[in-house]
Amino acid sequence: MIANYGYKDGSGEYYISIDTDRCTTCPVGRACLTGCPKAMFEVMTDDYDDEVICVKEEFRRSLAYACAECKPSGGHTTLPCTSACEPGAIKHSW
Amino acid sequence: MSADIVEEVRPGAEKKEFWRWQESCWVDESKDWHAAKAITVGIDVGSVSSQCVVVADGELYAYNSMRTGNSSPDSATNAFKGVQEKTGLTLNDVHFVVGTGYGRVNVPFSHKAITEIACHARGANYMGGNTVRTILDMGGQDCKAIHCDEKGKVTNFLMNDKCAAGTGRGMEVISDLMQIPIAELGPRSFDVDVEPEAVSSVCVVFAKSEALGLLKAGYTKNKVIAAYCQAMAERVVSLLERIGVEEGFFITGGIAKNPGVVKRIEKLLGIQAMQTKIDSQIAGALGAALFGHTLVQKQGPAKPILS
Repeated sequence: MIANYGYKDGSGEYYISIDTDRCTTCPVGRACLTGCPKAMFEVMTDDYDDEVICVKEEFRRSLAYACAECKPSGGHTTLPCTSACEPGAIKHSW
Repeated sequence: MSADIVEEVRPGAEKKEFWRWQESCWVDESKDWHAAKAITVGIDVGSVSSQCVVVADGELYAYNSMRTGNSSPDSATNAFKGVQEKTGLTLNDVHFVVGTGYGRVNVPFSHKAITEIACHARGANYMGGNTVRTILDMGGQDCKAIHCDEKGKVTNFLMNDKCAAGTGRGMEVISDLMQIPIAELGPRSFDVDVEPEAVSSVCVVFAKSEALGLLKAGYTKNKVIAAYCQAMAERVVSLLERIGVEEGFFITGGIAKNPGVVKRIEKLLGIQAMQTKIDSQIAGALGAALFGHTLVQKQGPAKPILS
């Protein structure tokens, strides 16, 4: 399942997509949990009883601001969360 | 401000609630729940409406759809009471209760909470059949685009609950502003000489002031409604396009009853939405009850939770 967390507002679309089929059998021990400097990810049991990664509720409506430090304007050339996720399950829409 | 609006807000004048949609309660009289081996209940406590659906042996038996009050537990209880009064069913007769919707964790008698995303997909799969692939749930205060497989399992979803644009509440606000009953908005939106451009802002607050500006500029009420319906359709289509639209397109939620928005979405997408005889507003609760039925088959009946 591809879960899109985020929103669209007047300034643009801000979604973090997580391909949960790739993260149920994560070969790198859920490195995204520690890879994100703001610890925005957590493990949850989804509706089909799979343990998957999701974006914490408190960040879902403020991704444009929460992720700003990890974007090129914050000095990063790659996103820490997508780099940590070896299976390539995490993607940003912006 | 137009003259009739001034008249409506005059002190002492009766305040009509144009936004108030029709609550409903239905029972399949051809069935007898006493004969059912498994009775499951789905309770969907949404931000605007609450539904209780009873499924007997995996088939829709009864439902109650009403407005959500200021307490999620009370709304859940009242939704069930509506069905109880019509059928005589009590919680002791129910084998499993699943809560869904934004108030799902506050359903006092539920055995399990499942997100409305999974429940809408399951409900749409029952209502539209196993060819349903893309679901648009236009809820009271959020909007969801969902992809599912032939079993109604979610394969892709996204949700926008940050603003009320493209939601039932947005339509309620326009209904009150135009002083036209909400059920008439859709049909009246087609009663225009020329289809107007969409209002430029879909934010409910700005759209409201823009609508007032259009009235002032000489637009008829129908034309303003058409402009708002078009804006709402464009908004949700842009959401749908993010996850892609496949054939087998199904709309759930209260807005599915508004042809003014549905027809415009269909036109923008170039796809006809699938039809159903079942109330589109109960999709979430129906999916929850069907999840309950699957759980009863797997685990056996659960003990009733009586408060």
